[in-house]
Amino acid sequence: MQYDHILIRYGEMALKGKNRKHFTRQLEHNVKDQIRSYRKAKVERTRDRMYIHLHGEDHEPIVEACRNIFGIHSFSLAIRTANEELAIKQAALQLLLDNPAGTSFKISCRRTNKKFPIDSQEMNQRIGAYVLQNSEGYPVDVRKPGVDIMVEIREQATYVTGQKIKGPGGLPAGSSGKTLLMLSGGIDSPVAGYLAMKRGVEIEAIHFHSPPYTNERAKQKVIDLAQTLSKFGAKVKIHVVPFTDLQVKVHQEIPFGYSMTVMRRMMLKISERIAEQNGILSLTSGESLGQVASQTMESMHTINEVTNYPILRPLITMDKSEIIDIAKQIDTYEISTRPYDDCCTVFVPDSPKTKPRREKVHLYEGTIDFSSEIERAVKGTETITAVPELEEKAPFADLL
Amino acid sequence: MIYFDNSATTRPHHDALSSYTEAAQTYFANPSSLHRMGGKAEQLLTACRKQAAQLLHVEENEIIFTSGGTEGNNLAIKGTAFRKKRIGNHIITTTIEHPSVLETCAELEKQGFQVTYVDVDKYGYVTADKIRAAITDNTILVSVMHVNNEIGTIQPIQTIGKMLTEFPNVTFHVDYVQGAGKVELDLKKSHIHLCTLSAHKFHGMKGSGILFKDKDVFIAPQLSGGGQEQELRSGTENVPGITAMVKALRLTMENLRDQPARLFELREKLWEGIAKMEGVILHSPPAGAPHIVNFSVPGIKPEVLVHALGEKDIYVSTKSACSSKNSDASAVLLACGVPEAQAESAIRVSFSYDSTMEEVEYFLVVLQEALTQLKKVMR
Repeated sequence: MQYDHILIRYGEMALKGKNRKHFTRQLEHNVKDQIRSYRKAKVERTRDRMYIHLHGEDHEPIVEACRNIFGIHSFSLAIRTANEELAIKQAALQLLLDNPAGTSFKISCRRTNKKFPIDSQEMNQRIGAYVLQNSEGYPVDVRKPGVDIMVEIREQATYVTGQKIKGPGGLPAGSSGKTLLMLSGGIDSPVAGYLAMKRGVEIEAIHFHSPPYTNERAKQKVIDLAQTLSKFGAKVKIHVVPFTDLQVKVHQEIPFGYSMTVMRRMMLKISERIAEQNGILSLTSGESLGQVASQTMESMHTINEVTNYPILRPLITMDKSEIIDIAKQIDTYEISTRPYDDCCTVFVPDSPKTKPRREKVHLYEGTIDFSSEIERAVKGTETITAVPELEEKAPFADLL
Repeated sequence: MIYFDNSATTRPHHDALSSYTEAAQTYFANPSSLHRMGGKAEQLLTACRKQAAQLLHVEENEIIFTSGGTEGNNLAIKGTAFRKKRIGNHIITTTIEHPSVLETCAELEKQGFQVTYVDVDKYGYVTADKIRAAITDNTILVSVMHVNNEIGTIQPIQTIGKMLTEFPNVTFHVDYVQGAGKVELDLKKSHIHLCTLSAHKFHGMKGSGILFKDKDVFIAPQLSGGGQEQELRSGTENVPGITAMVKALRLTMENLRDQPARLFELREKLWEGIAKMEGVILHSPPAGAPHIVNFSVPGIKPEVLVHALGEKDIYVSTKSACSSKNSDASAVLLACGVPEAQAESAIRVSFSYDSTMEEVEYFLVVLQEALTQLKKVMR
């Protein structure tokens, strides 16, 4: 039996009053974007629900996509059958058995088509009995069922809907504006991006590339990370900043203990410029308080001085282990742990200052002019777009 | 030429071979090398992993590329045993497993592990209840093959897997070497933790295989070295072999999807034909795998029959190729309770998707002629 459609329920968005349409439209856009390679599938948006009509497309990859799209609270697969008692029973059974985690169940029947000869109470009992006879280890529980199988007998056909699958919740990416994510390639920054996306933020990423000290594969790593993040909502643009000249100059001109602090200040300055050029109103970083020298209270105080753009720091109070857990869950951990240097790890002094002071930085920076290097870095920035992976675009397709 | 020994090995698929050549010529760099060529090889490897994961409906980090079935079974069983020896030292398997399972278990027995070999019925079936009865507090691993390589019995893997969910300390390994691409198996629904596949059984090249490892299950590596394959299987990845394997797996699974009845039709024809022949005893279970038929002709040495068919350019096996060099009776058939005289004279015919109905018809004619001829001589 073929699945007919997927029913999507909104979470928090349903509470948004007059702005609801803004959110549901964004969700519709994101869903369409994620499933665009399944051409026959169509998205229908109503006030309280959204439907993906499969029209023969395989349901599994679409289910996988739905698990990741922010703004989806939960969703269920539905089977369409003829208005025949046996077919309806079989559909209910299949929905139960297709769900390996399923335990107890309940049947909730609605008969809007009064021409159907059996009333809904009677149908509940008949379907329940059939399922019990043909399965093992699935008891009935009408109060707290593991799976609530909903049967809707309509004029043209009957729709049988199974277990609720949890979506990621949150708000649809793009509904809360855009941020510029400082994406290094480490474990933390993609997680920060993910959490920002969860609150509906659309992401553009900025990455500082220092060839030949950092290589092509470090850049590829960042593109792969952005692509992984793009699964959770929308395409992700990456601004790759040529950082070598500036980094070398900082390394040569600034006393060792302060070079890291100054480098971070330069990164923020450039990020602000890129954000401004692209109409982005905030920056996002993966900083977690006290994790490394640049993330102490004193460092943040000194580094943050160069911009008055809001900086979102979703990880600021998280422990490393909590961050790693999320990274594993969103499939960025394995990409992040590929062993290539990024610009944060080359030229690192053995003991960077953990308590840098603003006055000292002003003193050191005061004598040197970095503006031409900054200008060149901003001008030389290359923009790459990472889109959710498409089936037909898979590399090596002819080999495999 | 009629090749009916597909359970021993299959002919590499033409397209898989061209992928092999292409990958070996163009992406020969070491995937661990830092330069761009290494990067390309690594990307190809990643694409292979992704496709393998998709075909098996598992996750990418659950695919470990190996050198084939024997290594996969060794890694699964020894890897689990050594990793979990603090939890227990008891392993359960069946009496009709492949030698790469049985011998591995025997080796572990020498090292202090206890192994229970659960027996099977006359068609080779083991039941979940029998396995349940063998489980103790010390049990750490249950290893059951999916399709038996000699007689084609399909074990009730899903039922066993579901039963084992009651025992969280037990890792469930399935030898899927004969079943892959021929008989469907849902790894997740069957609650399988470790599952062995071998490329050359589904038209890939020898020397590559897959061990599926559930991401929540842990094993100890059996090869130490450069830490490839999540540090579970060191050794430079066989990129062309893996490429060819993944392509062959896709093509074979497409065959299974597009023509699910084809092998059954061949088997039914063969079965009916053989059943009619005088003095021939069928050993395969009636509801066995669609590509394996095992029978014997008591009184005629199987080697003689294999050679007689060979003269007509027809190739079949006596029992499993992996154990056919010592010409005693088939251990699998003996375990099923088949009398020794029959177990000594077993012949295995095994199909794949390139086998045809005409070949089966011709085979039946030749077999009948050979039997008539040989029986005259033997008398």
